[in-house]
Amino acid sequence: MNIIVCIKQVPGTNKVEVDPVTGVLKREKVDSKMNPYDLYALETALRLKEAHGGVVKVISMGPPQAKEVLKEAFSMGADDGVLISDRAFGGSDVLSTSYTLSQGIKKLDGFDLILCGKQTTDGDTAQVGPELSEFLKIPSVSNVTKLIEVTNENITVEMDMQNTVEIAKINFPCLLCVDKDIFQPRLPSYLKKMATKNKEIRVLSLNDFEDKNTDNYGLNGSPTQVQRIFPPESNGDHELWAGDGKSVTTKLYDKIKELKFV
Amino acid sequence: MPKLIVHQDKIKNIENLIKTCPFGAMDINGGKLEINSACKMCKLCVKKGDPGAVEYIEEKGVSVDKSKWNDICVYVDHVNGDIHPVTYELIGKAKELAGKIHQKVCCLFMGEDIAGKAEDLLYYGIDKVYLYESHRLKHFSIEPYTAVFEDFIKREKPCAILVGATTVGRQLAPRVAARFKTGLTADCTILDITEDTDLVQIRPAFGGNIMAQICTPRNRPQMATVRYKVMNPPKKNSSKSGTIVSCHIEDSKLESGIDVMNVYEKEKVKTIENAEVLVVAGRGVKSKDDLGMIQKLADLLGGEIACTRPLVECGWMDAKKQIGLSGRTVRPKLIITCGVSGSVQFASGMNNSEHIFAINNNPEAPIFKVASYGIVGDIYEVVPQLIEKIQKGREA
Repeated sequence: MNIIVCIKQVPGTNKVEVDPVTGVLKREKVDSKMNPYDLYALETALRLKEAHGGVVKVISMGPPQAKEVLKEAFSMGADDGVLISDRAFGGSDVLSTSYTLSQGIKKLDGFDLILCGKQTTDGDTAQVGPELSEFLKIPSVSNVTKLIEVTNENITVEMDMQNTVEIAKINFPCLLCVDKDIFQPRLPSYLKKMATKNKEIRVLSLNDFEDKNTDNYGLNGSPTQVQRIFPPESNGDHELWAGDGKSVTTKLYDKIKELKFV
Repeated sequence: MPKLIVHQDKIKNIENLIKTCPFGAMDINGGKLEINSACKMCKLCVKKGDPGAVEYIEEKGVSVDKSKWNDICVYVDHVNGDIHPVTYELIGKAKELAGKIHQKVCCLFMGEDIAGKAEDLLYYGIDKVYLYESHRLKHFSIEPYTAVFEDFIKREKPCAILVGATTVGRQLAPRVAARFKTGLTADCTILDITEDTDLVQIRPAFGGNIMAQICTPRNRPQMATVRYKVMNPPKKNSSKSGTIVSCHIEDSKLESGIDVMNVYEKEKVKTIENAEVLVVAGRGVKSKDDLGMIQKLADLLGGEIACTRPLVECGWMDAKKQIGLSGRTVRPKLIITCGVSGSVQFASGMNNSEHIFAINNNPEAPIFKVASYGIVGDIYEVVPQLIEKIQKGREA
């Protein structure tokens, strides 16, 4: 089976704040890491390969330093890595990110299955997987919690629907977005890390694509625009009680009693 | 297309200018400042950098003729005809938005044998329900549902479409947005509309303690998803109004590479979304055993225990109990957070709760900005004492 896993490099921490006085964003300079949700997609791919044979290729879009997460995927067992990187892709929203990924994937040598994580920890939209499947004109299923059966033609999965579960059989080629906990991700292997240290990572840029029109990429290709960013508003009514444990607990108890919760 | 232009001659201090960018999107290349692909167009370099050093140029791109796209549409989310309550909340918001631009509200409802259910929507003051019925639409699957959406959009040209951020909505809305190459904003917490019919979409962004205001100025339809329990449902009218419009789509357009084998009900479990009272454990809880006292307080109040992301990540609690952007959105009558600092991701999942109490030993914790009642104290002191008081109060 020919599997592509989409992975993303995200900031190592979510600590971003806006200074309420100056309006400047404060982001601590910290390491980046692989989006934690992508680990489940990669683990799913590796298990499928172990059971059914095939190749696992990881693909990422980002600045040149995003090669790091592809290397991390090699040390977990991925066979091949591709980075999509070009200044023209800067400022991409969901639509233009998905379109760019689809153009990159079309340059690879085909696939049976594309696996994505549930969402990223920096964008939190969970939208790129379904949009990518539209651009590739293939069926997709999100919130996959379990793989039931794999044949040469299709894969049967469980989709979690909050109150119900849908069992769906999907023809290849297709795209699945897997939930956290579908499988426990393995740890990177030191031996694999050493063995793949100098492994080449193919870089694709706009010039390699079928569609080279810059209007379809980056900011130009993004229908959504961020108009402004601001610190979250706080609620109007606040009471803050400080003091010794006993007195604040009494205030707390009296209040919830007044509100008829006890 | 908007862009940033760097005027090298106006840069007074290149290092300081680079520091204004929170995304590290500025590089020095051959002594010149360049903006790289990490740029998110937050424009802070324009506002906070040396005057004139970075210029924002808004070139008007090619826009659709907005006057041809009218009315606010709500997608009716359902499983086997049971309408998800987020649908009514979105109708409430859609009516407010449509009122501002003097347009109408319509619903899109697709499935099998759902005409009876569609009648119920007419009690909420909407103008039309567009109904698509076919045996191929019995269960959700992405291709036929998208095909119906496409047929509807081409037919009615709605100005904006609101979709519940459910399992179905979160995959259907992006697929439709990609088909029309239009903008989609996920998990909006605030929605408004301008006179020019541009939807003003606000959501927590960049994975941080910040909100972003996002719009789709050149494309139609505008699309947004909203989570359950974020907006307010409208009152049910005593009589029906509006009409049901039966629409037809050829079976050949409903082909799918997905065969839905079965749909079954999950075992009914007490969920944190349905609880009227929640007691939340945060990182202030030092060990797994200490969750016992949090559970005890929840039991005494007839509620459920919930938690923050770190407690799920360290394996103490099930992901189903997690509140926040990557967990569940809750709106209980009473919520007591214990040792929760209150990141914006957490707060966005619970700040619509009716009565919010927060216990935290750090008076600067952001949770106190969200809480109606903040208790600066040690949870290991306050929680056991509160339990004792409740027990004594009941005995008396």
